[in-house]
Amino acid sequence: MKLVRKSGVQLAALVITLLLLPFITDALLGRGWVRIADFAMLYIMLALGLNIVVGYAGLLDLGYIAFFAVGAYCYALTGSPHLALAFPMAFPDGVHLSFWIVLPLAALTAGSFGMLLGAPTLRLRGDYLAIVTLGFGEIIRIFLNNLNAPINLTNGPQGISRIDPVRVADVSLSATQNIFGIAFPSVHLYFYLFLAFTALVVIVSRRLERSRIGRAWMAIREDEIAASAMGLNTRNLKLLAFAMGAMFGGASGALFAGFQGFVSPESFSLMESIMVLCMVVLGGMGNIAGVILGGVLLAILPEVLRHSVVPLQQALFGKTVVDPESLRMLLFGTALIVMMLYRPAGLLPSRVRRRELGSDEAPESL
Amino acid sequence: MEILLQQIINGLVQGSVYALVALGYTMVYGILGLINFAHGEVVMVGAMLALSALTALLGMGVPPVPALLFSVMVAMAGCMVLGYGIERIAYRPLRHASRLAPLITAIGVSIVLQNLAMMIWGREYHSFPQLISNDTHNFGGAIINDIQIVIFILALAIMAGLMVVVHRTRLGCAMRAVAENQHAAQLMGVDINRVISITFMLGSALAAIAGLMVSANYGLAHYYMGFLLGLKAFTAAVLGGIGNLRGAMLGGLLLGLIESLGAGYIGDLTGGFMGSNYQDVFAFFVLIAVLVFRPSGLLGERLAERA
Amino acid sequence: MTDMKPLLRLSSIGKQFGGLSALSDVSLHIRRGEIYGLIGPNGAGKTTLFNVITGLYQPSAGGFEFDGKKYQACKPHVLAKAGIARTFQNIRLFANLTALENVMIGRHVRTRAGVFGALLRDRATRSEEHAITERSRELLRYVGIEKPAQTLAKHLSYGEQRRLEIARALATDPLLLALDEPAAGMNATETESLKALLQTIPDRGITVLLIEHDVKLIMGLCDRVAVLDYGRKIAEGVPEDVRKDPAVIAAYLGSGDE
Repeated sequence: MKLVRKSGVQLAALVITLLLLPFITDALLGRGWVRIADFAMLYIMLALGLNIVVGYAGLLDLGYIAFFAVGAYCYALTGSPHLALAFPMAFPDGVHLSFWIVLPLAALTAGSFGMLLGAPTLRLRGDYLAIVTLGFGEIIRIFLNNLNAPINLTNGPQGISRIDPVRVADVSLSATQNIFGIAFPSVHLYFYLFLAFTALVVIVSRRLERSRIGRAWMAIREDEIAASAMGLNTRNLKLLAFAMGAMFGGASGALFAGFQGFVSPESFSLMESIMVLCMVVLGGMGNIAGVILGGVLLAILPEVLRHSVVPLQQALFGKTVVDPESLRMLLFGTALIVMMLYRPAGLLPSRVRRRELGSDEAPESL
Repeated sequence: MEILLQQIINGLVQGSVYALVALGYTMVYGILGLINFAHGEVVMVGAMLALSALTALLGMGVPPVPALLFSVMVAMAGCMVLGYGIERIAYRPLRHASRLAPLITAIGVSIVLQNLAMMIWGREYHSFPQLISNDTHNFGGAIINDIQIVIFILALAIMAGLMVVVHRTRLGCAMRAVAENQHAAQLMGVDINRVISITFMLGSALAAIAGLMVSANYGLAHYYMGFLLGLKAFTAAVLGGIGNLRGAMLGGLLLGLIESLGAGYIGDLTGGFMGSNYQDVFAFFVLIAVLVFRPSGLLGERLAERA
Repeated sequence: MTDMKPLLRLSSIGKQFGGLSALSDVSLHIRRGEIYGLIGPNGAGKTTLFNVITGLYQPSAGGFEFDGKKYQACKPHVLAKAGIARTFQNIRLFANLTALENVMIGRHVRTRAGVFGALLRDRATRSEEHAITERSRELLRYVGIEKPAQTLAKHLSYGEQRRLEIARALATDPLLLALDEPAAGMNATETESLKALLQTIPDRGITVLLIEHDVKLIMGLCDRVAVLDYGRKIAEGVPEDVRKDPAVIAAYLGSGDE
């Protein structure tokens, strides 16, 4: 009983802190950082989606950002004036579907791509999946870049702009809103939207992790042959994990498109896939708290680098020798190697996992 | 008809380069059962090293042919060290870890190499100096230049040389033994680590030459060139049957042909909907198609059942 | 005994790897409720036969009938569902999962909650989950490793790992439990207590197929024994007869093993 109350208090404190976070950040660091926090949450959602694939099922997906792209373009096409260019007769003003209709469609579309890609490759060894997904990520980008002719579907490298903002109960999140006399700027509103989605994704991940399906995924990760000897249909289970991960990616993509109001192929490069993978590996594969930590760290890192590396080099050498962007990638690459060699379980120690299991026990024995 | 011939020539030249790179993937896979993701970046480093050496030497007034030979040496030596280092740092400590771990370190190595290369050589394209006469020959209506002839013949010669090494020398025998059964080879007194190191170095040396060839063929080198090239060469290796040397050669040439013919005719095939800017897509569809219909590749035997 | 239909009947199983013939023309049958031993020198094809029965390998020739149904070219999970469970010679546990979770995964094939159940946590899912946990605990108790239920499998002692594999296999509610050298690497006391455990398994209505090197264990435990040598069955029968069989003696002496 006491235990329950204590965790209840903790949860309440966490929720209040998170709710106040945009205002605190805004006051202390400036509005730019609220935007960074928004992006951090998008990345956390992506990383948690990838965590299902890599962390639970042990499948290496190196083109994960492609599913994000699919989701983003789903909303970009169906929530902007753009299609008026391709089909002026059918859609003179473009298509303006509600975000809430597109969101599930984006997830399903991305999931279908995942199934299409996974079906032929998942029966083979894991490395094939890695390389096929790597190729898939590139292909999606090539198509996005080139599908502007002869019919202008994606507007090529210029990308699609003027995407409708997300509306909640007919309130647009792209403008400052006054609620109870408090002004909520757009970035704050999106923060709460993303917070809600992140919470949802965390809950979904947790429930999956502690379910029959989650256990089966982890069994496959640990030893596929033993898993199939225990009666697990490994191919279907892997396909399920892969498609679920893709759906998470697609949904995050739609959120991204609504938030940015603009998408272009540039946002979906291989490096973004690597960055998301890095979050999962850094925090700890298969560990939700670890993945969140990884997401936060890596979303903040580029900003920290931008603010520290350039001035530091200016002071030392009088010029910028290494730009923060490539330094960031260099750090990611090194982190992947170092983590695998010295700390394959991630930054958060495995004790956490065991404590979780221990606390899982408590209610049952009571 | 001329177009067809031209595309075939271009395809064979490009394919011979793919084959050289594919050999690197296939040798490592044959021995360790591991896809060396970083191999494409080794090709890039080879091209960059050769180009830097070449530019420096020409700047010092060294005549073109010795300069070229010396640059090849530099690139090969550099890549062999690199290949050795990659295996020692990123793969060897993980030989008994989960299968995910070496894949992730390999990705890490690729990223590091790519970004280091960008820091050293910059983001811009480097143009390859004109060395040997670039005379063109009319060949039944199609045009082939000296560089292409050299690339093709050299690639074939190197592949033939590799076959001799693998099938006729003690080292090759040790390599085949390790590929067949590591434990048994070890019991027979084969120094496995040494064989693996040498395999990586051999593959990297081939990659260096391939890198030079690509940049000579296109007249350009770029820090990002290794990624797509690596992906395609891997596809070539899978197409031929990964782990099989002859397969890698066949797969390379075939993929070169498919790409070049595909790019030449895709416009006609799709009624103008897709153009040659989709050239890079072919390799990927070939990869998927092979994995669906014949995962063991054209010349391969087993693949899926390797536990 | 004789009028009972056998649980497993192998007919002329052959398995070739490249040019090498690992099994040829192996026929045998296992009756319900017995403990059936499979012995033979190293490399005789025992584990290969196991892998054929459990679907890891597809036989090059012949086929088998299990519980009245014919199986040909089946995936391991299909055979597990049909009621064949196994352990592995070189232990293959889910190393980074707890002992309890390992056994719970064994229940997968007899339970049904899917993604929606996991997300909604409805009453049926929760009660199924509860039943899975209870049953798994009961099995851990049965094999005698109740205490380290929350320990990661890789941190268990060697003997505990062997027992955990048995518990995990039992969790699939098998009709046939196939054990691949369960006593390998155990000392005399451990082997003795394992023997006591194995003797109780037929009481649960489960037939046991046992590969073992330890001839003493086999002789004391099994109702019938078959001997493989160079991929062929050279003898079969009750342990006392097999022990005296000249072909068996020759195989063992000739190989210099045991």
